[in-house]
Amino acid sequence: MNLTVNGVAQEIESPPLTTLLDVLREELGVNSPKVGCEQGGCGACTVLVDGEPRRSCLVPVAAVDGADIATVEGLGTPEDLAPIQAAFVHHYAAQCGFCTSGLLMAAKAYIDGGGTDDREAIAEALGGHVCRCTGYVKILDAVAAAARGDEFDISVTAEGQYTTMHSGGET
Amino acid sequence: MAAVTDILIPASPEEAVSAYGDGAGVTVIGGGTIVMPDISAGRLKPAKTILLARAGMSAVTREGGRVTIGAATPLEALVDLPAPVGPCAANVGDCEIRGQATVGGNLCAGEGPGAPRGDLQGALIAVGAEVRSAGAGGETTEPLEDFLGKRRERLVLDVSFVEPAAGAFVALDRPHTHEYTTLAVSAALLADGSVRLAATGAGWWGVRLTSAEAAASDPEAAGQAALQDVTLHDDVLASAWYRGQALPVLVRRALAQLRGDA
Repeated sequence: MNLTVNGVAQEIESPPLTTLLDVLREELGVNSPKVGCEQGGCGACTVLVDGEPRRSCLVPVAAVDGADIATVEGLGTPEDLAPIQAAFVHHYAAQCGFCTSGLLMAAKAYIDGGGTDDREAIAEALGGHVCRCTGYVKILDAVAAAARGDEFDISVTAEGQYTTMHSGGET
Repeated sequence: MAAVTDILIPASPEEAVSAYGDGAGVTVIGGGTIVMPDISAGRLKPAKTILLARAGMSAVTREGGRVTIGAATPLEALVDLPAPVGPCAANVGDCEIRGQATVGGNLCAGEGPGAPRGDLQGALIAVGAEVRSAGAGGETTEPLEDFLGKRRERLVLDVSFVEPAAGAFVALDRPHTHEYTTLAVSAALLADGSVRLAATGAGWWGVRLTSAEAAASDPEAAGQAALQDVTLHDDVLASAWYRGQALPVLVRRALAQLRGDA
């Protein structure tokens, strides 16, 4: 079996019913999709399969043989964040970070699909994602801002305080 | 890690039927949303698995007033269909799960851990849907109510129904987007003027509310009559008592919505 993961062709050796999540994490070392509930209920493992957001824990890899897979690793780099990542930093939309990978990919699919900053539409699009820190307000703020095409200064948050990105991760 | 198993990925409906055979020992994966957690957790170790992802069974066609839905059609492809089927599909999971979960899987799913699955059963019973399936004895087409009893022994090929003149769908709010349907009532006004009613969540399978249908001209009476048509149960989503209180209300609301739609 073959996958293209973040633009790189990969030959897959895992058994065909292995979940796409396990293939990404265990075989390919792509660790941004998180192992949460493993039954589709939390959203933390969400990746894009041919551009569509999918729960990688529910996908047998044989069902997506030949597909194009996108994860956070393909979004941006620490030096050059993708707009949705910069929005999450500026609006402080990540707390513990466990749900963030899935939310970033779902938000990217929403915005790429023409999604606007309408909060109800965003809530509908992201309704399958659980944030255990309950940071939903700031997540909605970030996705709405990214959908508007706002520019982000990631050295400060929307609240005016310095972000950890600014201090290189030191707190 | 998944167990070593015989995997078949048919490239056409004919190949799927051939691979399914009489169905003995076969696990069918449509979208995977129900089966994959069982496999990942080791609760299910299938000897033979059929993946329908590439079998060409995922089309929705609307011709001459008849809707035909392929078994591997994702639920998201149904949300724009008229009530009750469209709104019922939109009430399942979230948009990402609906993009993956299939009609065949939703109809054939066994009871979940503590609650019924099969959200679409009520809506499709209300519109008088017929199921075309394969398995032992060859291909059959039968009403969904008759099919449900043997849903684990058959491979669904497609589901079809005549578009009703009007339709309605009402459901209890879900506590979370990923809950299965706690209780929902679907109604359809057919071309001959008759009303069909069915419920999801009032028992372990979708059920037609024939007593309520007979009293449909009097919504209050129909709501009470519906209680004769069901065997209510306690589960993790709601008690039988609560369902008994809510069912007459949902029947009344469905009939009111149906009158507004007609």
